[in-house]
Amino acid sequence: MTSDQRVVVVGASMAGLRAAEQLRSAGHAGPITVIGAEDHLPYNRPPLSKDVLAGADPATAIELAEKLAFRRRASTADVEFVLGDAVVSADLAGRTVTTESGSTFAWDGLVVATGLRPRRLSLPGPAAGRHVLRTVDDCFGLRSELATPRRVVVVGAGFIGCEAAATLTKLGHRVTVVEPAGRPMERVLGADLAGAIQRHHEARGIEFRLGTWIIGCTGEDRVDGVLLGTGEELPADVVIEAAGSVANTEWLDGNGLDLTDGVLTDNHLAVVGAERVVAVGDIARFPNPLFDDVPRRVEHWSIPTDTAKRAAATLVAQLRGEEPADTSFAPIPSFWSDQFDLRLQSYGSPALADEHSVEEGDLSGLPAGALIAYRRDGHLVGNVAVNLPPARQRELREQFSTLVPTA
Amino acid sequence: MKVTVDMTLCEDHGQCAIAAPEVFRINDDGHLEYEGEPSDELEEYVEEAADVCPVQAILLGA
Repeated sequence: MTSDQRVVVVGASMAGLRAAEQLRSAGHAGPITVIGAEDHLPYNRPPLSKDVLAGADPATAIELAEKLAFRRRASTADVEFVLGDAVVSADLAGRTVTTESGSTFAWDGLVVATGLRPRRLSLPGPAAGRHVLRTVDDCFGLRSELATPRRVVVVGAGFIGCEAAATLTKLGHRVTVVEPAGRPMERVLGADLAGAIQRHHEARGIEFRLGTWIIGCTGEDRVDGVLLGTGEELPADVVIEAAGSVANTEWLDGNGLDLTDGVLTDNHLAVVGAERVVAVGDIARFPNPLFDDVPRRVEHWSIPTDTAKRAAATLVAQLRGEEPADTSFAPIPSFWSDQFDLRLQSYGSPALADEHSVEEGDLSGLPAGALIAYRRDGHLVGNVAVNLPPARQRELREQFSTLVPTA
Repeated sequence: MKVTVDMTLCEDHGQCAIAAPEVFRINDDGHLEYEGEPSDELEEYVEEAADVCPVQAILLGA
């Protein structure tokens, strides 16, 4: 590898930053350019569905982005950030990417880190009053409508929808959550824990409409209500669309890649069908031999850090003309979620389970602590702890470090 | 190296104590204790601990 080889990282959120840091750690000495669509340096998103929705501080989105900005390692001081200019196309054979403003960047190695965007709903009715929650600018747009108590409808009972619903209920807003597929977060947590959390949240004021979906918004200039498939009309000043995500892969179209759901990579994060291209973060669809050989995207906060390290090693090896190390990449997935007085902490992949059991505690008394184990074909694939002491984190995580890889 | 944790941000997630147990520890009360001036040999682990902190409360210095 020569020190003038240039790496371009497309995407300037956590995944892009971690990729740049890990390229330096892996020995890449050449120039690194990180290109992002947002105007802000990489910042930490989880607070956006929590504390930040409360109050009026900071006063601007720019200040909020600065407050939530990731610290940058000294090794990345010379990394160039090009912000507010989304990459719109790539020529992987010619090794260039082009931005919205028309700038073209040549590269020797490319990191795909463009992540996800919220899935927008196609609904009849006014658009004003409808929000998503992914960026600091989204958060500010929503917060500006919450200065007085509001009637809020959250569309989607996944983790972001449930966190936002809990936060807004605590702040004094009246919140209804609409979800067509089962109980809150049921796809991941299973029916029993999801049902227990639903009851916990209902006791604190959240209303749920399950098994139905939003089919339209009412109102003249802005939303004043939503229509449900059951025929029910719910009054609403604010609608939050938390109905899943779409991978930002359009800029890679035309290069013959498998972009079915994110970017297909091998186990070392090398993009399948391309050379000197790796993917990092929740856009990467990779097989994890902890579980099986099925490539999956993983949307947890821990994934950018895990994948960046391995992807950087892969890309640096390719730039040197070497084969990447053939040891398997088997990160232990983990996520947490804070909702009212509950902290959920999970290791493994509970969503893969075909059965689950309560190992500790009682689902009718979640605040006192509970542990649920998730199994597939009789093997432990995930756990979820609710309000267990943080000193037990290591033990809960290590339940997965001894799984025998299947590949 | 110097380590500082912003205790106004820390929420006792405990991820740092998994990444760098020589430096970060959750005590019996469930709260974080840490070594403010760990050996430079531990830098890689401390960097990892700072990376995995969900509230990004760990600050590192030379």
